[in-house]
Amino acid sequence: MTDRAAATFVARRLGVLGAVLAKPSGAFGVGIVALHLVLALFGPLFVPYDYAQQNVDTMMLAPSAEHWFGTDRLGRDVFTRTVLGGREAIVISTLATVIAMAWGGFLGIFLALVGGRIDEIIMRGVDAMLSLPWVLTVMIFVTALGTSSSVLVPVLGFSYGLAVIRIARSAALDFVARDFILAAQARGERRWTIVIRELLPNVRDALSVEAAMQWSWMILGFSSLSFLGFGVAPPTPDWGLMISDSRGLMAVAPWTVLWPMAALSTLVIGINLAADAFAKVLGVDRTRKVPGQ
Amino acid sequence: MNAAPLLAVEHLTIATAGPHGVPIVDDVSLQLDAGATLGIAGESGCGKSTLLLAIMSITRTGLVHRAGICRFDGLSLFDATERELERIRGSRIALIPQNAGTALTPTIRVGDQIDESLKLHTDLDRKQRQQRIVELLDAVHLPTPATLARRFPHELSGGQLQRVAIAMALAAEPVLLLLDEPTTGLDVTTQLGILDLLVELRRRTGVAMVCVSHDLGVIARLSDRMMVMYAGQSVEEAPTSSLLRRPAHPYARSLIASIPRLSVGAIPAAIPGRPPAPGSAPAGCRFAPRCTKAAAICIAAAPPLSEIEPGARAACHFPDTAPLIWPAAEGHSKHESASSKPLLAIDDLVVSYARHGLIERTMRRPTGANAVDHVELSLHPGEILGLVGESGSGKSTILRAIAGLWPALDGEIRFAGKYDLDRPAATRERSVLRAIQLVFQNPDASLNPRHTVREILAQPLRLYFNLSRAAMAYRMSSLLRDVRLDDGYLDRYPAQLSGGERQRIAIARAYAAEPDILLCDEITSALDVSVQASILHLLRDLSGSRGTACILVSHDLAVVQALADRIAVLYRGRLVELGPAKGVCAAPAHPYTQALIAAVLEPDPDHDAGRVPAPRERDDRVSAGCPYAGRCSIRIERCFEEMPHWHDVATGQMARCIMLPGAVGAL
Repeated sequence: MTDRAAATFVARRLGVLGAVLAKPSGAFGVGIVALHLVLALFGPLFVPYDYAQQNVDTMMLAPSAEHWFGTDRLGRDVFTRTVLGGREAIVISTLATVIAMAWGGFLGIFLALVGGRIDEIIMRGVDAMLSLPWVLTVMIFVTALGTSSSVLVPVLGFSYGLAVIRIARSAALDFVARDFILAAQARGERRWTIVIRELLPNVRDALSVEAAMQWSWMILGFSSLSFLGFGVAPPTPDWGLMISDSRGLMAVAPWTVLWPMAALSTLVIGINLAADAFAKVLGVDRTRKVPGQ
Repeated sequence: MNAAPLLAVEHLTIATAGPHGVPIVDDVSLQLDAGATLGIAGESGCGKSTLLLAIMSITRTGLVHRAGICRFDGLSLFDATERELERIRGSRIALIPQNAGTALTPTIRVGDQIDESLKLHTDLDRKQRQQRIVELLDAVHLPTPATLARRFPHELSGGQLQRVAIAMALAAEPVLLLLDEPTTGLDVTTQLGILDLLVELRRRTGVAMVCVSHDLGVIARLSDRMMVMYAGQSVEEAPTSSLLRRPAHPYARSLIASIPRLSVGAIPAAIPGRPPAPGSAPAGCRFAPRCTKAAAICIAAAPPLSEIEPGARAACHFPDTAPLIWPAAEGHSKHESASSKPLLAIDDLVVSYARHGLIERTMRRPTGANAVDHVELSLHPGEILGLVGESGSGKSTILRAIAGLWPALDGEIRFAGKYDLDRPAATRERSVLRAIQLVFQNPDASLNPRHTVREILAQPLRLYFNLSRAAMAYRMSSLLRDVRLDDGYLDRYPAQLSGGERQRIAIARAYAAEPDILLCDEITSALDVSVQASILHLLRDLSGSRGTACILVSHDLAVVQALADRIAVLYRGRLVELGPAKGVCAAPAHPYTQALIAAVLEPDPDHDAGRVPAPRERDDRVSAGCPYAGRCSIRIERCFEEMPHWHDVATGQMARCIMLPGAVGAL
C-alpha cells in the first residue's frame, strides 16, 4: 500500500470512529468499554486491598468509606475484587474471539466461494454441532482436559466459531455472484487469493461488527462457566465466580452479588451499544437474519 | 394555443431536502395540450425521471418541491389536498413505471391486479369489470385474454408484462399517460411491438403522453414534441422532427451525434468530459465546460431558454441552425480476415445450464434446451467478431465457455490451434489464461469496490508477469494513458469514478495481460450514449494498434456494425447467420436477422422502423428444425421438421434458412 492509500485508509478508520462517537449511544458504549479496559489494565496499581486477603473481622460489611463496595463472606474487599474480576474474562474472551473469528470467518467465506457439495456437507455438520448447547460441548472438553486458560481459549474459540461460519458465509454470498469474482476466476487466481484479496475486504466491516458481538457473548459465556465452576479457580477474583460464591447472600448482603453483576452487565451492554453504532456507521445491516437461523 | 393546456409546468424546481438542498430539476417549464405527446430525453442523472414523477406531484424520498407550479386540468397539483390527488392519480393521470414487470405483485393473478385498479377508479360491478379486463387485455393485443387474466406475472414474458402494465394504466381511461423508460430492458423486436401499441392507443383513445427515455429512437417514434434535459435544466424544446434534424443547442447536437446508427456505420463522436454532479454546476451555461463553441459569455452568464424559431426554444448564446451532418463511414480499413489460421476455433459447441444426470453426462448427449446449441465459429488474429442476438440467445454463454467460467457439454474450443479450452479456468495454463481476457457489461460489478485502481491493475500484472516495482509502476501509468486517464487515478476507488471511467479501468485491466483475444460482454450497455462512443473509439484504437482479436457481444446492432469485421447472429443458442458486418446489416438474409435489423430504432424522424412483414400468429410448438420457425413470417411446415443447412448468400456471408432462394432445392 502506498503512503497515500495508507493515509486514506487511516482517515477512513478515524472517520468511522468519529462518526461512532458522534452518536450518543456510540459514545456511551465506547466510553463504558474503554473504562472497563482501563480498569482491567491498571486495576492492580490502585486497588486498596489485596484481593485474596481474608479477614474474619470484616466479614460482610456494608459499603462504607473504608470498603466502598463492602466486603464478602470471607471479609475480602468487594471493590478490589470487582475491579480485578474482569481481567481473566477479558483476556480469555478476547483471545478466544480472535480464534473464533479467524477460523469461522475464513471457513465461512471459503464455503461461500466454493459452494456445491462441499459447502452443503460442511454446513450440515455445522448445523448439527450448533444444535448442541455450547455449554455442554465446552464442559466435556474442560472436564477431560482441565480448566486452564490454554484449554478454555481454544475450546471457546472453536464453539463460538461455528456461529461465525454462517455469518461470514452469508455475508460473502452477497459478493460471490458479482462479476469481480468471475473476473478473478477468469484470470486464474487461486481460491485462497480470491478469499483474501477479493472477498475479505468486502466482508471486513460485517465481520468486525460480528467480532464485537461475539466478544460480548464470549464474556458472558466465560462468566457462566466460572459461575458453574468450570472457569478460573479461586481465589482469583472473577465476576462469574463472585456471583456464584455469594448468590446465597443476596438477601443479607446484596452488595456482594450486585457489584460484580453490575460490572459484567455494563461491559456487555457497552460492547453491544458500541457494536450497534459501528454497524450503523459502516452500513452493516445486523437485523437481517442469516438464512436458516 | 389559446385554450388552457391540459398540463402546464412552470418554473418547477425539485431539490434535495435540507438547508443546503441541491436542485435536481431546476426551473423547468413545459406545456402539454390534450392528446399531445412530449418526449423528454437526457442522460442518466439529468433529472428527467424526477420531473416525470413531479408531474403527478410525487417527490421521491429525500427530495422536496422547492418552487414552481404544476397545473393539471386547472388544478394546481402541489396545492391540492391528498384526496384531490388520489382522485387524479391512477384515474386521470396514469404512470407506467420503468420495469413494469417488477411493479406487478408476483402472487396475484394479472387479471385481479387490473381489477384492483378498476374497483378503485370505476363504478362497474363485478361482471362488467370481468368483461372490461378481457377488453383491456385484448386492446393491448395479448393473445387469449380470458385465460391470460388468470396467469401470474412470472408466467408471462417481459413484453407481455409491459402490455399488462399498459392495460392496467388504461383501466380508468386516463387523459394523460406518463411513461418512464417504457421499453428499456426489452429486446428490440419486443420494444418495437410495445411502441407500435402505444402509438395505436394514442390514435384510438386520444390520450396525451409524456415519455421519458434515454433512447432518442423511442422518443422519435412516440412523441410530436421533445425536450432535451441537461444537468436538471431544459436546454432545448422543439417539435421532434425538427429537433432531431436541426438541433440548436450544442449538447443536443452532440448527444444526437453520439448515437451509433446502422445507416452510418462509423463510430460516432463522443462528448468529452462528464455532466456536472448536482450542486456543482458552473455559474454560466452548464454545458460550457464541455462545449466546443463556449465563449466568455457562456461561462459568465447562463443563457435563458429563448425562442429560436416559432415553436422551438433553446438555451444557448450561440444556437446552431444548420442540420446535423453525419460523418461518412470512415475509410478506416477494417481487418481483412485473410486465409490466416484461426486464433480461436469453436466447433460444434453445446452449453447447457440444465442439470444433467449421470447418464446424460456419460453419454455426452444434450437433452432439452441448450443455451448454446451446436455453434461453430472462428476468430482470426486481429479480427473483431460481433455476436448479436436477443437476451437468451446464448451470446454471453459462448464467452463464458471460452473463458472457462462454465463448462461446455459438447464440442471443442481450440486456441491457437493447439490448446483445448475444454476445461475450467482454474486448471488452464497461465499463458492461455493471460491470452484470453474478459471485459464485463457492468463495471460497477466487475471491479472490486474495496480495491483502488492501483490494486485492480496490479492483479493481472502480478499474476502473469514477473515485474519489478518500478516496471510495474511504469506499466500501470502507460496502461492508464492508453485508456486516456492519468496517474491521478491510481489511488481512487471505483466509487470515486464515473461509469465511463470505471469501464476504462476494466478495459485497462484486461489489456494489462497483453491478451491475444479480448472478450467484450455488452461493455457499453450500462453506459450513457455519449460515453459509449468514447469507449467504442478506445476499443477500436487499442485493438487496432495491438492487433488484439475481439469478440464483441451486444444486443445493439449499430454498435456492433460500427466496430466489427464480421457479425454472427444467434437465435436461441443457434447460429442463424454469419458474414461481413456491412453485408449482414445491408442485406440480411435470414428472416430473424431481417426482423432484428428492421426493429432497430434510429433517432431519425425519417427513419421508418418496422417495415417487417406483419408478424404471423406465433406458433408455440417445439421446433425440431429451425429454432426461429415459431416466430418466422415466412415459415412453412418443413421448418419445424428439419434443421436447415448453411447456405451461401454472398461472399463470405451465409445463412441457415430453407426459404432462401436455391436452398430448398439444395436439401
